[in-house]
Parts: sequence; structure tokens; C-alpha cells
Amino acid sequence: MSTNLITDTATVFSRELRPVLRNPFSVIFTMVQPLFFLALFAPLLPDGAGDESTLQWFIPGIVVMSCLFGTSATGSNLLYEIQTGSHERMLVSPLSRPALIMGRALKEIVPMFAQAAIIVVVTIPFGFRLHLAGAIIGLLILSVFCLGLGALSYTLALASKNQEWMFWAVQQTLIFPLLLLAGMLLPLDGGPGWLRALSRFNPLTYVVDAERALFSGEIATAAVAGGVVAAVAVAVVGLLIGTRAMRRA
Amino acid sequence: MNATMIRTRKLTRHFVVKKEKVEAVRDLDLHIESGEMVALLGPNGAGKSTTLRMLTTLLSPTSGTAEVAGYDVTTNQRGVRGRIGYIGQGNGAAHSQRGRDELVSQGRAYGMSVAAARARAAELISSLDLEGVADRIVSSLSGGQRRRLDIAMGLIHAPDLLFLDEPSTGLDPQNRANLQEHIHRLHAEHGTTIVLTTHYLEEADHLAERVIVIDHGRVIADDTPARLKADHAGDRIMLTFDHEDDARRGVAHSLGIAAPAHVEQDGARVLIEADGGAQLTPKLLLSLDGAGITVNSVEVARPTLDDVFLKLTGRSLREDAAIATPQSAITTSQENAA
Repeated sequence: MSTNLITDTATVFSRELRPVLRNPFSVIFTMVQPLFFLALFAPLLPDGAGDESTLQWFIPGIVVMSCLFGTSATGSNLLYEIQTGSHERMLVSPLSRPALIMGRALKEIVPMFAQAAIIVVVTIPFGFRLHLAGAIIGLLILSVFCLGLGALSYTLALASKNQEWMFWAVQQTLIFPLLLLAGMLLPLDGGPGWLRALSRFNPLTYVVDAERALFSGEIATAAVAGGVVAAVAVAVVGLLIGTRAMRRA
Repeated sequence: MNATMIRTRKLTRHFVVKKEKVEAVRDLDLHIESGEMVALLGPNGAGKSTTLRMLTTLLSPTSGTAEVAGYDVTTNQRGVRGRIGYIGQGNGAAHSQRGRDELVSQGRAYGMSVAAARARAAELISSLDLEGVADRIVSSLSGGQRRRLDIAMGLIHAPDLLFLDEPSTGLDPQNRANLQEHIHRLHAEHGTTIVLTTHYLEEADHLAERVIVIDHGRVIADDTPARLKADHAGDRIMLTFDHEDDARRGVAHSLGIAAPAHVEQDGARVLIEADGGAQLTPKLLLSLDGAGITVNSVEVARPTLDDVFLKLTGRSLREDAAIATPQSAITTSQENAA
């Protein structure tokens, strides 16, 4: 059997996914923080969590947050494999270099879907209304974003292979400004002009806005189009520099 | 059978460390044929691993060429990668995975079908005594078990050429012997070409049919362990006398019998380096006794590769004896070798 980019990507993807399938609870461990925000922050929102429209607004942001936290940290797995030696073993194998980054990044989509499902299921009893078609399109857009973010996280891991602290320093430094500037926790509408201007340079803003529209069942909107463009842009940039970093590794 | 497996021409690799150019490997010309069992021997930092990393496509050469298993390491990396097996200094199987899962995905990486990869994994698990631990998470395995799993990972596609980078570093003597046995069997039963790096002399001596001694990025000797020892170091006879006076007379007497030998006195002890030490010793003892010089004790040692390394470089390869030998001693031994 000969290998190509697709079979190689499938090999890397299924290898990455296997520990998750062997231990499905790991999906929950990585979403502990978003669940805390859901339980302890949502009730503080102006209208209170009991209000249906507040939940409708807040939940899509938590779904994106869960993806952001899990996927941005995924490079640490690669970092660990660089240190223990298994990454080197894969570099010596004939696996194509783009597949080494794509297969890994694609795997992030699976826990993202599972986490979104958990968030939706636990909030439905509190009055969250699910628009299935919109939500599915929303998660597909988020998948594209996930792919790019995962590739960027792996790139960061490759860049910090000789100093592990750098990976966490960069990841932790970036994650909160990105999250806050995307209006994930609180609306930015009432914020100062400079803050709103900054948020327009954050691709995550467009993804969050698109998710909000889609989770409310609004599909054909400008917000959704903006989200698609932002997600595709992140994916293209992530995969390009990720592949370059892997070729140089 | 005697096809060329590896050929390098002026293979060179520079690193820039703190703005200074370090020549890790310089103008290396290697020729290794199919079926050989070769050890690259040298101290830490000699350029062994850098050489191996270039041959396995992990590092691109600064200049020069290398052809491995029929493909150029720079222009056809995929071709090289598909033909070789590599067992690095770390663990091939990720610590968060199960051994068998990693073996199967490794097989898939080399283009095997799932069924073929599973069958081959089961075969290797059995032949490397991993049955009890193959379905456990790798991080729970002992060092020796992980190393055997690494070997299995490197062999999944039954490569014709296998590279091992410091295979037994960090293993206890028992696991080291066990690992060497596996490597030896692989070579004996399948005719796999094996290139390994080591700074363990016993390992090179025990395993390799050909030892390439590397120091400061250059090949300084290349032969069978036996020939290297015969050419570069003699047997060592250590005579201990009761008095320094006896020792002095002993030196003069010994020089008469073991003519071309290198003789050295240290207090009441006399060290004689000569070929055929085992045959020479009885003669020596009889003759000394006849001359009325009493020998208290005698020790005869075969030369080791460390003696060879010492002769070639003036430094010992052993970490615990890494201090340079005085210059005079080197000159003496080189004169004797010449």
C-alpha cells in the first residue's frame, strides 16, 4: 500500500485520537475552566442566568472558550513528545510533513464537538434553546478555526522545544486578551472606543459573533459570513506556518 | 549481497554556537555495505550522533553528500525514510499511548495495512518479550521494557538498514545485555545492516564486526575490534615485586626477553605491554625466577578498545577517567606502536 497526504493525515489523526477514545473523560478535564465560567460567571451577568436571552448570548461564547482553552494548549502534547523522543521517531518515518501537523490539528475537532454537546446538554434544563441546524453549521465553522488554532499551538510547541516555559508563557499571555477582546464573557458594545477598535483586529471576535447568530438560528447573516472568513483565515495561516515549522523541525 | 548501503562523500556539518563555528562532522567519507554491523565509537560530542542524524534525514548536511539505502539524504528524504529504521536516544512510543497502539500506527506510517500492522506488532511483541505490557500505557513501563518497545517500533516495517543511537544508555547491566542479545539476533537471523553509535567500549567490542572510531568529527580508525586492538594496543602484563630494587632489576631483565615491548616501572610494580602476553608471561616468570628475582604477583590483561582509543587520541574514553594522559606517555606508546 502506498501512502499519500490523505492516508498520512489519517494515520496521524487516528494516532492522536486514540488516547482520547481510550480515556473519554479526558475531554471533560480540559473543559473544567469553561464549565466554571458557565456555573460561576453566568449568574453574574446583568440579566441573570435565568433569563433566556442572556443564556442564548452567553452559551455560544462558552463553546468557543472551551475550544480556545483546549486547542491552544494542545501543543504541550507535542512538546512532551519532542522531549521523550516519539516526535523524532515520526520525523524519521516517511509521513509527509504537512500530515504531521494537519492530522494532529484535525483531532482537536473531536473533543471540541464533544465539549459543545456537553455544554448544550447541561444548559438546556436552565432554558437554553438549541437551534440544531444553526448549531451544526456553527460547529463546522468552529472546526475550521480549531484546525488553524491547533496548528498554531503546535507551531508554538516546535518553536519552544528547547525552553518549555516559553510555550506556556506565550499561550497564557495571549489567551485572556483574545478571549476578553472577543466579547466572549461580556458584551463590548458599552466599552470604550479603543477597546472596540482592538476587538475588530481579533479574528476570534468574528467567530464568536457568528456562533451567537447561528446558535440562535440566524444562518444567512453578515455575522456568519464574517465568522467563515475569520475561521478560514486562521486555518490557512496556521497550516502554512505550521507546515513550515514542521519541515524545519 | 555486498551492495553499498551507505556512502558518504566529504559529509560535513557545522553548527554555530554563540557565534562560533563548531565543526561537528568534517569531510566524512564512509562506505558501509549491506549486511554489515558497524559501531560508531567516540566520546560525547565526537560527532557520532550528528553523523547519524544526517544519515537519517533529521539534519541536513552543511556540505558533502550521503547516499543511504540507494537514496540521497538531501534530494530524496522520503525515499531514505521509507527504507530505514531508526531507534533514537529517546522513546519511540509516546508515553501517553499504549505500546501496541503505537506499533500499529508506526506500521501505518510505513504504508502497511491495518491488518498487516496488527499482525507484525503481535509478532514483535512476542519476540521482544512484551506480551505482558504491550497493552499498558507506555509511561507505566520500566526503562528496559520501554527500550525493547523502541526496538519493536524501529523494526515494524522490517527495514534492511537499522540505525541505533546510543541504544543502551541508561540501562542497567542486565537490560543492556538483554538488548545487545536482541540486536545481535536481529543481525544474525535477518542479515539486517546495523549502524549504532555508542560510547560504551564493551558494547562496540561485543556487538560490532566493524568499529569506526570518531573523534572531533573525523574518523581516526576503522577496523574489526580484534584488528584495532592488535594494531594499536598490546597485552598488558603487570608484575608486582616485593621491593623497588627487585622491580628495577626486573625491568632490565624483562627488556631482554620481551624485546619490542613497552616497559614502565612504578615503584615496586612493572607494566609490560607486548603482543602475545599470555605466552610471554610463563617465560618471563621462569626467567626472572632463574635470575633470583622474586615476583610477588602477576596480572595479564587483554587490550580493550579503551586502550586503542587512548593510543589513538591520548585520552581515555571512560567517563570516570576522562583526564588527558601526560604527553610523554603518548609519545612513548606511539613510538612503540610504530
